[in-house]
Amino acid sequence: MTLWLVLIPLIASLIVFFIRNEQAKRIALLFSCLELILGVYLVAQFDPLKKLQFETNFSWIASAGINFHLGIDGIGILPVILTVLLVPFIILSAFETKYEKPNVFYGLILLMQASLVGVFTAQGAFAYYLFWEGALIPVYFLAAIWGGENRIRVTFKFFIYTVFGSLLMLIALVYMYMQTPGSHSDELQAFYALGLSKNTQYIIFIGLFIAFAIKMPVFPFHTWQPDTYTISPTPATMLLSGIMLKMGIYSVIRWLLPVTPTAVWDNSTIVMTLAIIGLIYGAIIAIQQKDIKRLLAYSSFSHVGLMVAGIFAFNHVGLQGAMIQMLAHGINVVGLFFVVDIIQRRTGTRNLADLGGITQSAPVLTVLFAIIMLGSVGLPLTNGFVGEFMLLIGIFKFSYLNFAVMPLAIAISVGVLAGSTLIFGAVYMLRMFQGVMFGEKTLKTAEFKDVTVSEALVLVPLAILVLVMGVAPNIFIKLSEPATKELLDFVISKINK
Amino acid sequence: MDNKTLALLALLLPFIGFLINGLGFRRLPKPLVGLVAVAMPLASFIITLILFGKFQSGGSKSMTFIYANWIAIHDITISFSLLIDQLSLIMLSFVTGVGTLIHVYSAGYMGEDEGYGKFMAYLNLFMFSMLALIMGSNYMIMFIGWEGVGLCSFLLIGFWNKNRPYNAAAQKAFVMNRIGDLGLILGVFLIFIFFGTSEYKDIEAFVGAETNPYKVGAWQVVTITILLFVGAMGKSAQVPLYTWLPDAMAGPTPVSALIHAATMVTAGIYMVVRSNFLYSLAPATLDIVLVIALITALLAASIGIFQNDIKKVLAYSTVSQLGYMFMALGVASYTSGMFHVITHAFFKALLFLGAGSVIHALHHEQDIRNMGGLRKYMPITFITFLVATLAISGIPPFAGFFSKDEILMHLYQKSPVLWVLGVAGSAMTSFYMFRLFFLTFLGEFRGTEEQRHHLHESPISITLPLMILAVLSIGGGLIGIPEVFAKDANWLAKFTAPLFTTSQKLNPQLFNHAHLSHSTEYILMGVSVVVAIGSIIFAYIKFVANRTVPKPETEQQGIGKVLANKYYVDELYNTVFVKPILAFSRFLGESFEVFVDLIVEGFGQIVKGLGNAFRKLQTGSIGVYLFAIVIGAVIWIAFNLFIYK
Repeated sequence: MTLWLVLIPLIASLIVFFIRNEQAKRIALLFSCLELILGVYLVAQFDPLKKLQFETNFSWIASAGINFHLGIDGIGILPVILTVLLVPFIILSAFETKYEKPNVFYGLILLMQASLVGVFTAQGAFAYYLFWEGALIPVYFLAAIWGGENRIRVTFKFFIYTVFGSLLMLIALVYMYMQTPGSHSDELQAFYALGLSKNTQYIIFIGLFIAFAIKMPVFPFHTWQPDTYTISPTPATMLLSGIMLKMGIYSVIRWLLPVTPTAVWDNSTIVMTLAIIGLIYGAIIAIQQKDIKRLLAYSSFSHVGLMVAGIFAFNHVGLQGAMIQMLAHGINVVGLFFVVDIIQRRTGTRNLADLGGITQSAPVLTVLFAIIMLGSVGLPLTNGFVGEFMLLIGIFKFSYLNFAVMPLAIAISVGVLAGSTLIFGAVYMLRMFQGVMFGEKTLKTAEFKDVTVSEALVLVPLAILVLVMGVAPNIFIKLSEPATKELLDFVISKINK
Repeated sequence: MDNKTLALLALLLPFIGFLINGLGFRRLPKPLVGLVAVAMPLASFIITLILFGKFQSGGSKSMTFIYANWIAIHDITISFSLLIDQLSLIMLSFVTGVGTLIHVYSAGYMGEDEGYGKFMAYLNLFMFSMLALIMGSNYMIMFIGWEGVGLCSFLLIGFWNKNRPYNAAAQKAFVMNRIGDLGLILGVFLIFIFFGTSEYKDIEAFVGAETNPYKVGAWQVVTITILLFVGAMGKSAQVPLYTWLPDAMAGPTPVSALIHAATMVTAGIYMVVRSNFLYSLAPATLDIVLVIALITALLAASIGIFQNDIKKVLAYSTVSQLGYMFMALGVASYTSGMFHVITHAFFKALLFLGAGSVIHALHHEQDIRNMGGLRKYMPITFITFLVATLAISGIPPFAGFFSKDEILMHLYQKSPVLWVLGVAGSAMTSFYMFRLFFLTFLGEFRGTEEQRHHLHESPISITLPLMILAVLSIGGGLIGIPEVFAKDANWLAKFTAPLFTTSQKLNPQLFNHAHLSHSTEYILMGVSVVVAIGSIIFAYIKFVANRTVPKPETEQQGIGKVLANKYYVDELYNTVFVKPILAFSRFLGESFEVFVDLIVEGFGQIVKGLGNAFRKLQTGSIGVYLFAIVIGAVIWIAFNLFIYK
């Protein structure tokens, strides 16, 4: 069954490539909805207490022990939900903008979706790597062809960065493959079973971590990110921040923690430090941004820091918090980038100084924007709060339990530093919200129209999701909790050896 | 209906009101908007009374109702659950009661505003959040309400959102509260770590048990209580997190009455009383609370003397009175703190609503220098305002007298010095309050002819709440008549006593005071009343007999200048925190980012340079780079294969 999750968007992208007119977007939307229906069906069938489900497994290169093995388990389910859920919204959000060569544009989005689902469901290293690279190429072209100013320079940098990371990853994966016994296997489970020496773990850890750190990005590997997010056409920005960065986070949980547990454990303090630096760094820079898209780019970077820190906290609540926050962050950034897109389309500007007073003629947009903004700020009963609460308590616990000297002082300091996201987040998001929506109208916002039906079809469901996930997060926690618990127990047991 | 459903209804009805008015904004007819908005808190009030009755007839046993799980993961379980006990019932009574009156008032006050329906919806949302705060049975539900009221405060301060300075005030309130909230949530984290739950009753049972490892002064509990108190500093505007409250006066006046005087700002006191079993274990924290509260009470009172904006005076007065409440908590006199919360809700709501009535009549004039002589034109507002002013000044037999006297008495038991400072603060209070009262209502009208022409008493929807609150400000003290007047007449103390049994068991010393003789009590009481009356006379001579009109803030000299400028605390915060962070933000965004980029790119250049030296293949095209990279990778892999095979 999982294979169909990859095949539907893949086939759809091929079909869409041949529809050289405006119908392309409708066909694309149709297929992404089909994908969503299949996804919902699978989620309904999913049993959190069982391991891998809906498997597809056939021999690929038999002599080398390489299988094409897909499946969904508790670790992959939330990212898969994220992908099948967001892509229809991303496609629909592009409806009111006219993109040249729509067949290629929408085809690439679908191709991207196929690769993303592949990454989140692949159970073998080579399929995983194939999809990982497969996700890079469509988004690169989306940014390079339909991007804004400086797109060539910016996308080139993005490309080099990620290819560099991918190569490190490839080397690490191949190396691990070579370590598997007998005629070798690229199966994830075979990698988990490897008893790598401490030194080997360190080397693999560095290779994989840099690859993932670039993708997310983690400070200081982030310098491609603000420019790329800013110049990309909004659907590409949504794909990058809403889903693609979760490839990095997911991969840390799936491929890094269980394979190199000792190295992860030994370096957890360093990584957490980098993550928290990035969190504060991104938030502080966001405060003074004038371009609201760029502001959101830094905000996204800041939120990633918290997720990474939560994963490296080595406790259930932190890890599960990262899982929930992946979903929450995806929903929120897609909503926020779409609001920016609407504003830019109506006014021709993203500059805070030229905006204001939009609420006077767009009350519906104001309410929807406010709900999603509050989710991003982490107000209780929104999705952002649940994730941030779990991540922060996880980080706090880690700091309290893992230092021999003055644990409480350290825990509180770390808590204050990581928790500063609550304060800075409020500063930059409220500044943006008030700057755009409140105040007197400006020349550019004088004629501002409220949301259209197709825009509301994107924003209303996203706003509802923000609230549903905030009020009833257990629906989502339950899907992945047994798996994260098992994974963490496994990782911890391997450190102790 | 059973109690569980009733409690849930009391909480959710205002939320339903919010949904109706929020979704129906600009579509519903005005009378219906007002009806829905007032009916919801009124219904909550009636339910509260029913629950109160059932609670007392049911043997005063606390009731916890669990409705659903909210967040359940591994060792952390947080449920949507409500607690009905003495404390939540008392809070519920005055929050829904005073809240309903202010809703009635708002229906009249904001009736002409184009955002009327939105305003009433926000007020309902606020009621819902506030009820969640006081009804929740654990710290996390409290936190939902805690941040919820912060959001409503933000929305209502910046209600007239075309005005950029109002927006700035709203943002300041939210951000400063968030600083406090971070402290609070860290405290809650520690509660989870040390107690494994955030349910009040479970924690109380834990520390009350024989096996409790946390004795008086345990560092764990001291840390928790300090962190929780940081949250209270933000929400209840204590030093150093108080500067948002005066700015919050940008909101419409009913908002100031409801949120920034009667209810939300007392959340910090509620939280400490709710956690009394923890605070009693941490005398060190209580001392910190006491000191902060004392500084706040005196600092705010002294600023109040030199303010000319009618709402600003009341705002500083609120900060100062909140200081008094925390002082009571600081000497572990939790009941007197709560007592003052209640009486303050009555008279301060009345003061703000009275001020609103004046502002309404004067078409948004807020400067008391341009008022005067309103007694003739607005008799009901005049009388009720006088009642409230007497109440806050601690003149018997008005409500404020009883609660303030109880606090001062407990301060004296701790130390006579504290009592002296407390009386000094109340001397300032009666001075600035009567300064305000005299300048507004007595003497001659100093406004423009046009304003005089339009002067009128406010309509019934405004004066009715004033009159009801005036009655409460007169008689509200009867719930806490001191021992010295009548034996066993202190209903509030008796009713709330079960809340503090665990505290008394854990730290009996804290409650073991030298008993004051009746004569001492009478003397102390007499002195504080005489001092207050003295201040009133002084104010009368200055502002009525001598007809002094205060100078504008900008023309003050010496100490007056410092006070008129609020000790320059806003300027200090700007210089020390705001500007450096903004400058740092620009530095990181404009300079440091480039630097990081250069390093990373420089690293890339080195790699590229090495490649050039060997291959001289640099053509600038991505294809060639990619090809080179892939070839390199293949070599690297082959090398590895060779080595390890």
